[in-house]
Amino acid sequence: MEASTKPKKTIKTIAKSKTAMPEQDPAVRAHNWSEVTLGYTEDQALAEAARCIQCKKPGCIAGCPVAINIPGFIQAIESRDFRKAYDIVAADNVLPAICGRVCPQETQCEALCIVGNKLEPVGIGRLERFVGDLALKNGWSLATSIKRNGHKAAMIGSGPASITCAVDLARAGVEVTIYEALHTAGGVLKYGIPEFRLPKKLIDRELEALQRLGVKIVTNAIIGRLYTIPQLMQEMGYETAFIGVGAGYPNLMGIPGEGFNGIFSANEYLTRVNLMRAYQHPQTDTPTGMGKKVAVIGAGNTAMDACRVSIRMGAENVYCVYRRTKKESPARAEEVHHAEEEGVKFNWLTTPVRILADERGWVRAMECIRMELGEPDESGRARPVPVPGSEFLFEVDTIVYAIGTSANPILAQTTPGLKLNQRGYIDVSPETQMTSIPGVFAGGDIVTGGATVILAMGAGRKAAHAMLQYMGIEAAAQPAHQAK
Amino acid sequence: MFKIAKREQFSPVTYLWKLEAPDIAKAAQPGNFVIVRHGDGGERVPLTIADFDRQAGTITLVIQAVGKTTTSLMDLKEGEYLDDLAGPLGHARHFDKVKKVVCVGGGLGVAPTYPQLRQYKQNGAYTISIMGFRSKDLMFWIDRFKAESDELIIATDDGSFGVKGLVTGPLQEVLDKHQDVDEVLAIGPAIMMRACVAVTKPRNIKTIVSLNPIMVDGTGMCGGCRVTVGGKMAFACVDGPEFDGLQVDFDELMARAKRFDSSERESMRLFRERCHLPRQSS
Ligand SMILES: Cc1cc2nc3c(=O)[nH]c(=O)nc-3n(C[C@H](O)[C@H](O)[C@H](O)COP(=O)(O)OP(=O)(O)OC[C@H]3O[C@@H](n4cnc5c(N)ncnc54)[C@H](O)[C@@H]3O)c2cc1C
Ligand code: SF4
Ligand code: FES
Repeated sequence: MEASTKPKKTIKTIAKSKTAMPEQDPAVRAHNWSEVTLGYTEDQALAEAARCIQCKKPGCIAGCPVAINIPGFIQAIESRDFRKAYDIVAADNVLPAICGRVCPQETQCEALCIVGNKLEPVGIGRLERFVGDLALKNGWSLATSIKRNGHKAAMIGSGPASITCAVDLARAGVEVTIYEALHTAGGVLKYGIPEFRLPKKLIDRELEALQRLGVKIVTNAIIGRLYTIPQLMQEMGYETAFIGVGAGYPNLMGIPGEGFNGIFSANEYLTRVNLMRAYQHPQTDTPTGMGKKVAVIGAGNTAMDACRVSIRMGAENVYCVYRRTKKESPARAEEVHHAEEEGVKFNWLTTPVRILADERGWVRAMECIRMELGEPDESGRARPVPVPGSEFLFEVDTIVYAIGTSANPILAQTTPGLKLNQRGYIDVSPETQMTSIPGVFAGGDIVTGGATVILAMGAGRKAAHAMLQYMGIEAAAQPAHQAK
Repeated sequence: MFKIAKREQFSPVTYLWKLEAPDIAKAAQPGNFVIVRHGDGGERVPLTIADFDRQAGTITLVIQAVGKTTTSLMDLKEGEYLDDLAGPLGHARHFDKVKKVVCVGGGLGVAPTYPQLRQYKQNGAYTISIMGFRSKDLMFWIDRFKAESDELIIATDDGSFGVKGLVTGPLQEVLDKHQDVDEVLAIGPAIMMRACVAVTKPRNIKTIVSLNPIMVDGTGMCGGCRVTVGGKMAFACVDGPEFDGLQVDFDELMARAKRFDSSERESMRLFRERCHLPRQSS
């Protein structure tokens, strides 16, 4: 590397905190659906990139589930070679504009950033988004000239796991078809994560890019019902298939009163609003059927989304009800912070035990109980224990459950020989993501249970390598993707 | 896009579509349903498959215009295309060895009983059908039902044809007369299925009902279609739509059907205002 004339950056010479992210004012954004965070300008990105001290032994890369060359792309930003920055990121992450927005950086790359030992860590996620947005704006992509090799693969589901797998396969010349159950592709990115956090047009652009790579997307195709996996593999000529159907089977708590009106799973609530655009009802046909006093049970990303959607849908009071404390909340820190700013009220150490309804069967209150934290459980987090005699009535007219999802049973019921684990998710070889059925691979939430976009993408990429090997396109040791 | 290969208007509110959907037709089984969606901002509506023809590659839906969507879909003409059609959904029926069956259909449940009745017949059962309509001019498919039924009873609310009154009267009589009925299938509005169960439960006759709760995705993703059966929660779209009628909590089902009533009324009002009224007055 050529010697720099500039004085070497050290932890002492750089700005102490992250360059602030421009945001809509909370009072304004609580009433609109536009994106909350506006993204760095070029100057802001340069300022933040300047905070990276280009460690010899960087911590960040190890924290990134797909091991992006983080100091590399940040250096390219600093030297204003944005295209190069994109190429570096995109070599490992095909959806930087999306991941820059939704990854839990504070527990991944930024958690291990060396600067973070003393000061606020480098805003890696914000820089990633900056690069991703520029790429979308300028139509950059990694697309090389693709030579078709006559091999065929099917993706089941169109979430981030399948999208990533499809990109890698298509680039290697495989003819890829994505089968999606809903009328729109994108998975949770489309039906779960709201517009104000992840604009739908970003996902549409990514899907268009995918189609430019030659990937076919077939919507309204529920595998296990319209076609079965044995049919795909035997009659329809696919050599390999990837199952990326997510874990979209909502859990309820199993407490009395869950059949009353006014109780939703977060999936139902968010799907009504995001996918079916209930926020434009009655211009659109799908309503939410919600009331004015909303309790959201849970404190993960899904719960934060449900809370913040409720605020925008005009609820007067929105309560987040969680049996642990803020510290244990699995949501991205930024989401909790944004929810607080927008007026969501948090009821920590609280859980409902029974739901009460009026004479017409509509929710009028929940009976709740206070919790305290006990010994750590299997997840390593303190186990919440009910405080005897602390029951109280919590008056609400709408309850949204955001307490996780399970595996949908359709594929398992219709695919003989598909091995599941004890939790009902699909069992795969950790090296290859291959299931118990030769040629059939799986990844994302349907293997791990509800996790993150980036982990789903990582699994999709790992599966793609193994699928290329399975089809004899790629030798075992060789990397599948060539950057640029 | 799915072509409406054939369209028939049975009555001012009931119409038939034969849709070109070869793959759905190939996979369809009696008891399955589909989800229909059309237009920008259109909602997803579940409809039971009333017939399918694997050779011709078509499925048949008989639709009653009850809400905004089913009313506005009435405007699609033969030869036009429906945007989205997903299915077949739900479990296919397992036809146990049945010697004598009573198939009861009412209102929007009349057409969906047809493929099941035909299957019972093909399996060699003695079939008794009881079909309920509001009045004579709303009747359809009588020939088809006749062809698959050893006995066919028509009931009309106003007595303009067949037996006057609800389907439960004839059901009671049939069960009195035929002590060896081993299964009853009832498809129709929740209130009708509940009434049928009230007849069959004291006699402890296996009764299959097809539930039609409000759905969004129809694939198990939202849980909006949940029903209580035998004290346990089930998702109608993946665990059903058919259930043991003797175990279903019909009161909850009927209360849940009202979840979106006020919004639905608002949609309907806007829709009438925007499209239908001007058209009628011109
Ligand atoms: C509200 C919400 C907010 C979230 N926020 C974040 C966040 O901020 N950051 C983050 O990293 N993660 C977040 N997550 C988690 C993240 O979205 C998921 O981990 C990720 O989307 C999983 O990707 P996937 O590809 O496995 O499946 P999914 O995205 O779930 O996609 C699966 C797709 O498969 C389709 N499908 C299902 N069954 C079939 C079938 N039989 N045939 C055909 N298609 C089928 C589904 O319709 C769906 O479109 C959030 C999740 C939710 C619900
Ligand atoms: S650890 Fe932080 S400072 Fe070091 S290279 Fe990575 S981003 Fe830059
Ligand atoms: S309709 Fe959504 S789970 Fe059944």
